[in-house]
Amino acid sequence: MSTVADHRRVRDDEFTAEHHVYEPHRVGLPPLGPYVRELWRRRHFAFELARTDLRAQHFNTVFGQLWLVINPLLLALVLFLLVTIVRGGSRGTEFLAHLMLALFAFRLVSVSMNQGAKSVVGGGRLILNTAFPRTLLPLSSVLTAFMRFLPTLVIYVVMHAIAGLPIGLHLLWAIPVFAILLVFASGATMLVATVQVYFRDLSNFLTYFLRIWVYASPVLYYAHEVPERFKPIMAANPLYPMLGSLSEIVNEGQTPSPGFLAGGLAWAVGALVVGGIFFVSREREFAVRL
Amino acid sequence: MPSASEERALTLEQPSTRPRDSAVKVEHLSVTYRTTFEKKPTLRSALVRLGRRQRTVREIKAVRDVSFEVPHGTVLGIVGVNGAGKSTLMRTVAGILPPTDGRVEVYGRVSTLLALGVGFKGDLSGRENVVLGGLAAGLTRDQLAAKYDEIAEFAELGDFMDLPMRTYSSGMYGRLAFSVAVNMEPDILLIDEALSVGDARFKQKSFEKMRELCEQARTIFIVSHGLKGIRKLCNEVIWMHDGRVQMRDEPDTVVDAYKRFLDVSETDDALDDDD
Repeated sequence: MSTVADHRRVRDDEFTAEHHVYEPHRVGLPPLGPYVRELWRRRHFAFELARTDLRAQHFNTVFGQLWLVINPLLLALVLFLLVTIVRGGSRGTEFLAHLMLALFAFRLVSVSMNQGAKSVVGGGRLILNTAFPRTLLPLSSVLTAFMRFLPTLVIYVVMHAIAGLPIGLHLLWAIPVFAILLVFASGATMLVATVQVYFRDLSNFLTYFLRIWVYASPVLYYAHEVPERFKPIMAANPLYPMLGSLSEIVNEGQTPSPGFLAGGLAWAVGALVVGGIFFVSREREFAVRL
Repeated sequence: MPSASEERALTLEQPSTRPRDSAVKVEHLSVTYRTTFEKKPTLRSALVRLGRRQRTVREIKAVRDVSFEVPHGTVLGIVGVNGAGKSTLMRTVAGILPPTDGRVEVYGRVSTLLALGVGFKGDLSGRENVVLGGLAAGLTRDQLAAKYDEIAEFAELGDFMDLPMRTYSSGMYGRLAFSVAVNMEPDILLIDEALSVGDARFKQKSFEKMRELCEQARTIFIVSHGLKGIRKLCNEVIWMHDGRVQMRDEPDTVVDAYKRFLDVSETDDALDDDD
C-alpha cells in the first residue's frame, strides 16, 4: 500500500508517470501546476495540429498560400472602398494602412475563435480515447490563426512603406501589443470552445457576433475619432484598447498611451483567467458530452 | 442466483505481497456523470425547454462501488450487456473520466484503444493522425518516428497511410487503430470492442499480437461481446451488470454464467461473432 506522501508525489504527474492515481477532484480543477507543466510538455501536439490543419486547408500549395494573403487583402480593400464612399472620399493611403493592420489584428482574434469553437467538438475521437490536457485543442486554434496572420503582416509592411509611415524603434512596442492580443485570443477561444460543447449552435451566432464586433472596434475608424457618447460602448470592448494602441504605435508613430496598454492587458489577463478556468474545470466532462 | 463463484468474486482480491505486483488497483470506484439525452444540445432547444420548464440533463450512475485488483500479466476480459458500465470503467482506468468516488491506481504506461480513437481528423492522412495521436498521448517526435514504420507495417495499409482517413473503410480504420495501440509498447493495454477488426487474416494476426503482448507480461483489458475471443485470450473475466461487478472468475465460468443470463433474449450465434 502506498502512503499519503506517496500520493502527493504521484499526483504531480497525472498524465505522464508510470504510476497514476485517479481520485475525485473536489473543486473541479486539477492541480494547476502539474497541469500547466504537462501542457508545456505536450506543446508539440498543438503545433503539429495547427500545421496539419493548415495543410488540410491546402495552405501548403502555392495558390493556397496566395489565398491566405489575397483573401484578407480583398476584404480590407472592400472595407476601404465602403469607408471612402460613406465618407465622400476623404481618406488616403495612411488610413488604408490603419484599416489593414487593425483588420488583420482583428482577424487574429476572430479566426482563433471561429476555429476554436470547433476544436473540442471536432476532437471527439481523440478526447474519448486519450488522456491529455484538453486546453491543447483551443490553443492550437490560436496557433493556426497566428500562422494565418503572419503572411498578412508581409502585405502590411508593403502598405506601411507605400503610405510612407514612420519606421523606427517605437515599432517594437507592437510586440507587447500582439502578445496581449494573443493572450486575449487564447482566453476568448477557450471560452467559446467550452460553450460550444454545451450549445452546438454557438458557431452560428458567433459569425454575427464577430461581424458586429469588427464594426464596434476601431478598424473602420481611428480610436480617437470615437464620439464621446459612444465611449461607454468602447469601454466594454476589449479590442478597443488593443487595436487603439496598435494604431497609435504603428500608424501614428507614437508610444502607446498607458491607458490603452493597461486596459488591453487587463482584458487579456481577465479573459485568460476566466476562459482558462471555465475550460479546465469543464474539460473532464467533455468525454461524456461529445 | 448467488452462487459459490459469485461469493468468490466478492472476496477475490489478488493477494499481492508488494504493491508493484499489481497493474491496476480499483478501490470502491463509482462514476456518476450528468449528460443530456439530446443528440446535439443547442442554445435554441435550451431556450425552448426553459419556456416549458423541462430539463434534459440526466444523471447516470455508470459504475457503482467497484473494487478489484489486477496483477501484471493479466488478460482481463470484461463482459456485460450494453450500458453495464464497461466502457466507463475503462475510461476511468485510462484517466479520461475522473472518478466520482473511490480511487484508481495504475502502475505503468497505458495505451488505449477505446472507441477506435485514432483518426479524429478525417481530412488528415493516416500518417498525420498517427503522429497527432501519439503526440497527444505524450510521446516525443523521436519515439514516434522510431515506432512509425512498425505501426504502418502492422496495419498493412500501404499507400492508404498517406490518404485522408475519410477515404478509409471501417476495417482499415480499425486496423490502424489497433496497430497504433499495440505498437506503443504499453504496459497496460485497454481495448474496447476492437478485437474483431479487419478481415479474418488480420483478426488472426491481432490475436497473435495480443498473445505476444501477453507473454511479455503485459496487462490487457478487453471489453468485448465476442465471447469466444474472451474465452481464448483472457485468463480472468469480470462480468459487469448495472455498474457493479456481478462475477469475477475463470473465463469459462463467467462466460457460461453470462451466457445463461443472456439466453433469455439472445442466441449463441449472435454472441460468438469473432472467429
